[in-house]
Amino acid sequence: MPLDFDWYELAEYAALGLLAGGLQALIALGFVLVYKGTGVINFAMGEFMMLGAYFFYTANVMWGIPALAALILSLLAVALVSALIEKAILRPLSGQPVISILMVTLGLASALGGGINAIWGGGHTYEMPALLPRTPLYLGDVFIPGQMIWSFLLAAAVILVFSLYFRYTATGVSMRAAASDPTTAYVLGVDVRATQRLTWMFAGVVGAVAGIIVAAITNLSPALGGVALGVLSVIILGGLDSIVGAIVAGLIIGLLESLTAGYLGGKVRDIVPYVIVLVILLIRPYGLFGTREIERL
Amino acid sequence: MTPAGPSSPASQAPVLEVNDLKLNFGGIRALNGVSLSARKGEITAIIGPNGAGKTSLFNTISGFYRPQGGTVRFEGQDVTHHSAHRRAAMGLARTFQNVALFRGMTVLDNIKLGGHTRLNSNLLSAMWYLGPAKQEEMALRREIEHEVIDFLEIDHIRHQSVAGLSYGLQKRVELARALAMRPKVLMLDEPVAGMNREETEDMARFILDVQEQWGITVLLIEHDMGLVMDISNHVVVVNFGEAIGRGTPAEVRGNPDVVRAYLGGAAEAAAPAGPAVQEVH
Amino acid sequence: MRIGDFRESYEHDEAIWPTRVQRGWLGLLVLLLLCFPFGVNGYVAGVACLLGIHIIAATGLNIMTGYTGLISLGHAAFMGVGCYTTAYLAQRGVPFILVLPLSGLMAGLLGVVVGLPSLRIKGLYLAVATLAAQFILVYVFREWSSVTGGVGGVTIPAARLMGFELRNDHSVYFLIMPVAILLLIAARNLFRTRVGRAFIAIRDRDISAEVLGINLLHYKLAAFAIGSFYAGVAGSLLGYFYRAITPEYFTLELSIFYLAAIIVGGLGSLLGTIFGAVFMTLLPELLRVSVSYATQWAPGATSVLSSMQQIVFGLLIIGFLVFEPHGLLEVWRRIRRFFHLWPFRA
Repeated sequence: MPLDFDWYELAEYAALGLLAGGLQALIALGFVLVYKGTGVINFAMGEFMMLGAYFFYTANVMWGIPALAALILSLLAVALVSALIEKAILRPLSGQPVISILMVTLGLASALGGGINAIWGGGHTYEMPALLPRTPLYLGDVFIPGQMIWSFLLAAAVILVFSLYFRYTATGVSMRAAASDPTTAYVLGVDVRATQRLTWMFAGVVGAVAGIIVAAITNLSPALGGVALGVLSVIILGGLDSIVGAIVAGLIIGLLESLTAGYLGGKVRDIVPYVIVLVILLIRPYGLFGTREIERL
Repeated sequence: MTPAGPSSPASQAPVLEVNDLKLNFGGIRALNGVSLSARKGEITAIIGPNGAGKTSLFNTISGFYRPQGGTVRFEGQDVTHHSAHRRAAMGLARTFQNVALFRGMTVLDNIKLGGHTRLNSNLLSAMWYLGPAKQEEMALRREIEHEVIDFLEIDHIRHQSVAGLSYGLQKRVELARALAMRPKVLMLDEPVAGMNREETEDMARFILDVQEQWGITVLLIEHDMGLVMDISNHVVVVNFGEAIGRGTPAEVRGNPDVVRAYLGGAAEAAAPAGPAVQEVH
Repeated sequence: MRIGDFRESYEHDEAIWPTRVQRGWLGLLVLLLLCFPFGVNGYVAGVACLLGIHIIAATGLNIMTGYTGLISLGHAAFMGVGCYTTAYLAQRGVPFILVLPLSGLMAGLLGVVVGLPSLRIKGLYLAVATLAAQFILVYVFREWSSVTGGVGGVTIPAARLMGFELRNDHSVYFLIMPVAILLLIAARNLFRTRVGRAFIAIRDRDISAEVLGINLLHYKLAAFAIGSFYAGVAGSLLGYFYRAITPEYFTLELSIFYLAAIIVGGLGSLLGTIFGAVFMTLLPELLRVSVSYATQWAPGATSVLSSMQQIVFGLLIIGFLVFEPHGLLEVWRRIRRFFHLWPFRA
């Protein structure tokens, strides 16, 4: 390396990347929850994120409800919507082939996206209130924006809460049991249907939180929905059914994207997640921590 | 053009030979050095308790599992590392324990798939259809109608979707599909499982006809001792991934190890009180 | 009521249109297709052209996804490849009779490359791979300006047939319609042979297919190749139709559009493909007409047109999957059964 290499620049990009990765890990958690619980990739995740953000905006800015109450209200609303979707659309389709369920989530994405555009206006960008403190952190001369730090901390907190929940509460354990072997769990008295509905509600809430955080940083517009598709790279790298994978891969991908954006420009950065997806699918399809599916003959 | 074949099992070089096969799944040892050979034109039955490794053995011979040790030889050639579809092209056919028909197709189309390796059309000739593709399709259709559909008495259902057929008929269609391959070796995995008396007798008759009229070497996994004892020329007993006894049905029935491990009371029940299956010609 | 339907030879049994009544309807249809453009205005001719293009593209997707079970979220990108290839070649004076198959071939080759992972991955994972390919290809369309004209797009010179330039929708129709019919017949033929049967076998139970001697990778790649070939030809025709395109046309939205078309129409059926394509082509037009009608009492209605489209598409997909998973084809079959058995009940 030449002596005048800008180490501060590298450090800033790296720090930004890791912090952004935390948020990506949160979104990935939403995907992983749905995959573990129901075996599908929820292509409507971006729309759940948008719902959370738009609901919050409506409650907080349009109706004047204080931030914390608005947050709780919007999360409850998203949870309700997720439960309704699970009951009305996904439940009737259980047992159908992969393509049907995949298509249903795509249809859901389209319908939800259109609904959001129709209600809140498609071309409009709304300014979110200052939710995350902006005071930056200085590590020596390295500048780290305050919003990024807070988003990372919030994301980490949510992931931690969920991990503890799944590990230590009775409901959490039943959800894991139902995800891993529904028939046995059913025989042992676990209400498998309820856990599936709960899984979707949790995934919706996780998405909503992530959506609010992203909107707080980048403002509220329909482009929010596209963020979720980029996170596909995180779950493919980490493994579709691994929460640990989501965390590790989130950090890695966040780092890679930030470095690419910094040194190669924003446009290249946009394509990086998809190139990573193809590469991983070619060399190690189940990702770093995913369980290898064995086919019974 | 009728398939020629010996009218009685001939003792010749083994057409299928399995030597000291070892197969592990993680910590589980499915096959622990099992060996067997199937002589040309004979019906060789493989029996053993559930979990003994019989289906794993079939899957290794088919080519779905790569063994960690041992060899599979087909007509003298080492096929241990050949892909499944290549072994099929060489003349190895099989049916599955849970009927593996293609539910989106009719009976006829399922059977035609058996003839896949004997046809030649590619994307282009298929899309054009007129000419070589059409000719070989018509030839295949005729062949299947005359040799397989009539033989197995399924002409009344040939245009039906397989999804609506009874279990017994589905098994017959699966057999028809395997026969359409004109195989040299036919592996049947529990061909009469779940069948009643009448269906079992029909299937036994078909298997014997396949052996006599087509000259095909048959490998058979079965739990129905009556069937096994009546139609097999040779029996191999498998337990814990190894062959623990082999010989003619009578020899195996009398083998104390086998009786202890597996047959137990069934040995007395299957003892000659008259043949369980009537031979009908 | 259908009576007297006897087949006296295997050839007759295997024919596509065995009965005389069917052949009669077919003749009528051909006549209609030939005379159609002469009695309609430019708008209707344009819709008919678009319909032909959609049918070709949807057929390709149905071969890959409906018949072979390989989910592709990148179909629009392959159309784009065909379209840009057409732009490149047509601008250099290559006649359309060569451009069409070459564009298809280019898309087909790329399809094989994208399909290579299908050796190791299936189902959901393969779908994600095609999604990645979709995004990467659109990126290439936007950035490789020297070939694709970048974000601004590219223009395609009109096709020339015996000295005439096919400049308006009426004339381009006579380019699109025969190609669509040819490709439909070719697709139908595919499923009368071992190739088509192998595709269906792979979808239904690929382990059994292997045991019958079908080389899975070979046939999966063939499915990708032929599906993308059809997409490429459709894209090429699109180029000759619009004569100016930008990368924004070939985005994920269009891929989902085609998936919706084959699901609504009926997976694994060519007739279903036609139904689905007709439905999905007419739907946006219907929406546009009803929204402009609704502006009579709700003046802001036109601004929600695109959102309305999104909502309706989404609800359609969900509705059909939940209530009629076999699509319009099943509806058609029920109607047919009713008339075949009439005056007896089904």
